[in-house]
Amino acid sequence: MPESAVKASSAVAEITVDSVPQLPVDQLQNMYRMMYRIRRVEESLLELAESGKIGGAMHTAIGHEGSAVGMADALQREDYLTCTYRGHHHSLARGMDAKRAIAEVLGRADGFAKGKGGSMHFIDPSLGLMGANGIVGAQVPQAAGMALASKIRGDGRIAITFFGDGAMYQGVMHETFNMAQKWSLPIIFYCENNRYSEMTPITRTSSVEEMYTFVRAYGMRSVQIDGNDVEVVYHTVKEAAERARAGEGPTYIEGITYRLAGHMAGDLETYRSEEEIEEQRGYEPLVVLKNKLLDRGVSEETLQVIRQEVDAEVEEAVEFAQNSPWPDDAEAYTDVYALA
Amino acid sequence: MRKTTYIQAINEALREEMRDDESVFMIGEDIGHYGGLFRVTRKLMDEFGPNRVIDTPISEQGFMGMAVGAAMTGMRPIVELMYMDFFLVCADQIFNQGAKMNYMTGGVVNVPMVIRGQHGGGKRYGSQHSQCVESTFAQFPGIKVVVPATPYDAKGLLISAVRDPNPVLFLEHKMLYFTRGEMPDADEPYTVPIGVADVKREGSDMTLATFSYCLLQALEAAEELEAEHGISVEVVDLRSIVPLDMETIYASVAKTGRLLAVHESQSNCGIGAEIVARIYEEAPHLLTAPARRLGMAPASIPVSGPLEEVLLPWKKNIKAAVLETMRTPTFA
Repeated sequence: MPESAVKASSAVAEITVDSVPQLPVDQLQNMYRMMYRIRRVEESLLELAESGKIGGAMHTAIGHEGSAVGMADALQREDYLTCTYRGHHHSLARGMDAKRAIAEVLGRADGFAKGKGGSMHFIDPSLGLMGANGIVGAQVPQAAGMALASKIRGDGRIAITFFGDGAMYQGVMHETFNMAQKWSLPIIFYCENNRYSEMTPITRTSSVEEMYTFVRAYGMRSVQIDGNDVEVVYHTVKEAAERARAGEGPTYIEGITYRLAGHMAGDLETYRSEEEIEEQRGYEPLVVLKNKLLDRGVSEETLQVIRQEVDAEVEEAVEFAQNSPWPDDAEAYTDVYALA
Repeated sequence: MRKTTYIQAINEALREEMRDDESVFMIGEDIGHYGGLFRVTRKLMDEFGPNRVIDTPISEQGFMGMAVGAAMTGMRPIVELMYMDFFLVCADQIFNQGAKMNYMTGGVVNVPMVIRGQHGGGKRYGSQHSQCVESTFAQFPGIKVVVPATPYDAKGLLISAVRDPNPVLFLEHKMLYFTRGEMPDADEPYTVPIGVADVKREGSDMTLATFSYCLLQALEAAEELEAEHGISVEVVDLRSIVPLDMETIYASVAKTGRLLAVHESQSNCGIGAEIVARIYEEAPHLLTAPARRLGMAPASIPVSGPLEEVLLPWKKNIKAAVLETMRTPTFA
């Protein structure tokens, strides 16, 4: 049996933020809708991949929805965001249309980048989405550059960048932490620690397991939270954003989470046991939020209606994407250089 | 008309663009308080302050990535790499990120940034501080590559580079820094468009296409060849290699019938090979004899002065290559 990267039965390791105020039930219900929408889009994409309709590498965020949805509500639409190739959830949470997202993954003309970017390069500047990235860690200095631009312009925008535990040992991360802290840039570093660097448990490659402790060497404020609890994510990101906007510099947030699907479509998942995954299903973001909603008086029927509405909506988006035409051949040669 | 050094020309372009456009800022190592290792950014911090002339730690990946990110928001960063050799340290951010961004996003996000700094041999800096790299950049669509040889072209092309909506690599040769050239008066604005070559010396026997410091070496070689051998060499200054202005080369070869391409980066798979390949593909009828190329021999750059001289495609080697090109029999 593979060595487990999950050291406790809890979804969390060494939480530094544990109690936060409750959000209004209406807002939580909307968050549930968005988290379920992300889940259904990801599941639909996996089905499309299994049927051979998606080429290349596709990384779903099933189990990571809490960090994306908590973040989206806590920030302004114009705040910059960069993320990893596991970035569908951030884009959808910030309002990307599922139709254009799925069309893009399929390489179709109606994709947000006309099919040239695909799963690993989600982007839409009108939503502050400044790019998912195919290279581990590369999006992090870019977000710091966006924060630097905001600082130079003095326009009050902040930046947030998402990365995984696996990115922590890219040298550019540490170059960026240093500059962001030294220059007090308005940025939030959000580590989605799912405890596997691609197909290897972090326990096997990392000399440090508590990722939030790294940046303390740079003097940066950092916290570790339950990244599966959307309320905790919301309040933590919101507080970090307020600090950044007030000129108090960056915050590093380590959100503990768990990837319920493979690293990418087609992952053999030989590195973890069925039992481990089953156990984690008890702590995953949708279950955590559903239990909160039921506790706070929302009926199972209400949630079921939400799910049915989303099911129909995502089904329609998949249909739309599959019917979207291939890009015109001439598109292969355009956009190499910007013209003006 | 006045005369300035190449360094002063670049400094003026930076200052004028910083004054004209608040979205322009500079970032790099020792560029602010110190004024740049080669003093190219001298006194710019005094005028524009530390928010727009940013001294970084020695973190090339980090600040190159920050420049890409800032450019994605519409800023126009100018990054100085202290030695162009250091592009290898931050290659991902240049090639995989900046150069590809416009394409990957279907034209939704462009990256208007300039990467500038000095390259080249001649100062005994050895293998990791002397190489020319332009051909490597030409392998990656999405970034323009500008290689000016004179102060006039340096200033005019740098202004164009800053205003360009794409990433532009602006290569300054360390041997050019203290050369002087004629310039319009300081208050007389001008630009030089990227992608247009310039005939720097007229001639009738053969065309020599080159750029950057090799241009100066070629012009000296041409003078000596005329005096010593009566060979009339037309020297075309490419000024940029991406885009590459083949039309100006063809117009010259139409007159001379012979072509030699010269550059300081590696001969193997270099821009000279590209120029020769293109003329064979697109305009072979212009050639009366085989086209040739001269680049850096397949070795790293040694520290020892005499060894450096053996390898670099400068005057002595250029003269030999011209004579060989002229000796090559015409096509039957």
